[in-house]
Amino acid sequence: MNFVVCVKQTPDTAELPKISAAEAVSGDIKATLVLNPWDEFAVEEGLLLEDRFGGDVTVVTVGPEKATEALKDAIARGVKSAVLLDDPAFAGSDAWGTAAILAAAIKKNGPADVILTGKMSVDGNSGLVAPGLARKLGATLLTQVTKIVDISGGKITVERQLEEGRETISASLPAVVSVSKEINEPRYPSFMGIRKAAKASIPAWKLADLGISAADVGAGAAKTNWTDVRKPPARSSQVVMVKEATVNATAAKLADLLMAEKVI
Amino acid sequence: MSILVYIEQFDGKAAPVSWEVLGKARELADQMSGKLAAVVIGNDIEAVAKEAVSYGADAVHLVEDASLAAFRIDPYAAVVEDLVKAHSPKIVLFPATVRGRDLSAVVACDMNAGLAADCSDLSLTNGGLAAVRPVFSGNLLTTVLFNGPLAVASVRARSFPPPEANPGRAGEILKSGPVAPTSGMREEIKSFEVSTTGEVSLTDAKIIVSGGRGVAKDPELGFKLVKELADTLGGAMGASRAAVDAGYIPYKHQVGQTGKVVRPDLYIANGISGAIQHLAGMGNAKIIVAINKDAEAPIFSVANYGVVGDLYEVVPALTAEFRKRLG
Repeated sequence: MNFVVCVKQTPDTAELPKISAAEAVSGDIKATLVLNPWDEFAVEEGLLLEDRFGGDVTVVTVGPEKATEALKDAIARGVKSAVLLDDPAFAGSDAWGTAAILAAAIKKNGPADVILTGKMSVDGNSGLVAPGLARKLGATLLTQVTKIVDISGGKITVERQLEEGRETISASLPAVVSVSKEINEPRYPSFMGIRKAAKASIPAWKLADLGISAADVGAGAAKTNWTDVRKPPARSSQVVMVKEATVNATAAKLADLLMAEKVI
Repeated sequence: MSILVYIEQFDGKAAPVSWEVLGKARELADQMSGKLAAVVIGNDIEAVAKEAVSYGADAVHLVEDASLAAFRIDPYAAVVEDLVKAHSPKIVLFPATVRGRDLSAVVACDMNAGLAADCSDLSLTNGGLAAVRPVFSGNLLTTVLFNGPLAVASVRARSFPPPEANPGRAGEILKSGPVAPTSGMREEIKSFEVSTTGEVSLTDAKIIVSGGRGVAKDPELGFKLVKELADTLGGAMGASRAAVDAGYIPYKHQVGQTGKVVRPDLYIANGISGAIQHLAGMGNAKIIVAINKDAEAPIFSVANYGVVGDLYEVVPALTAEFRKRLG
């Protein structure tokens, strides 16, 4: 069985609040860059599937050379094979462009049965690469997956968390599976793994290696543009502290205020 | 048709966010002097189509078949894409539910159209869609503009007020069936365990009462008190990441950067310090109430009303007070 995990290098979650609009626009982000936190669950699930069903896990990312660090993080957790997809023509790709690059790389790498992604990136927040990839590969799409129940007979059975409850669904392979936080507890990189990652030589594939046209990827092909990137308006409220002689009187006063606000 | 809105229904009941999106779409269609169409897919759901007319649709495409009773990507996407090809709307909108997000992405990708996911506001700029969405996990906003003839967006719950229903409103209901083969589908739903019976969903909730690390002394009692207040107010129960990570309450209740983004009228934060990651999830609440024993907690700097006190005393006192007033 062949498993591919698609990952992204993103800012560390803890440092997101410090990122300025200018940094987000230029892409020159000063924050520490890490393996996208949601992708840790996808990497972990890839390793668990390898244990359960046998086969190989390959981790891929679209990004500049420094994005190799995100691949090395996955190697340090136990993934054996990684590929960087790096070409100046890829810069500025939207989700569909990124999906086209990943789809071409997955085809080149050999037929994949299950392609895993995190639920979204902590920077772009779209969660569109998984559906894009599914369509470009002609694979089934399974999002918000909280458990992979089984893979057998050309089918994958998973549990998904939807608004109204939990769905158990079976879909034909190949499948693109985007995983939720509840699916597992990601392991940490091991000492041996970190040593292995440091020595790993990671191939970088370019546009020409993938057999796709420059017209289909990059900023020129993007169907959306981010404009007016800005900090959300700060709350302008001045807090009113409520304090009466007793707890019950405080509760009554607060209830009066909230009723007057007409929010109850 | 200028705008097409996908109305999500489950078990014959529309997701409330569908109407919020339809209401906003009506406004945009009027600005474009254009027609607003809705599409409802399922089985035995004519009532939902009629509701869509009452909420502002000029035409509702009602697509019914036994094979469409439960949502599945391929047959649902085929229906929406067929409509887009036949009527060439400029804008297609979806509620940003799990299914709505999936469907919007598949349709937009298949049609090679731009998609703005999880939008919090929509407007028109130079006759085209301008979609505001949070990025960097709520720490920044951007206005997405589109290249190409079709713009697709999914919209978060409670981004727009629900429109008023006008049962006397005129609109056509156009009935049709599935457009893709109904056999040999790639997805088979094995079971569905409904978990939200009688529960208000966090993203749709007008009122949310949340608990945080402050319940550590007795988490079980703490969340019981939080839930009692939420139930009394007809609201939903939320939690901070600290409370979820400590195992006090399941992840589905988590509000914040790594949980749900919510936009209630009233958010009551109990024993929540107010880390910036939590604020990214609830900072758009209309009124925030903070109850915390630490007067220096950062939550007070974003709250409208604050009580410095023990949540084990303040929360039940509030519940008792509202029970008296709300009957």
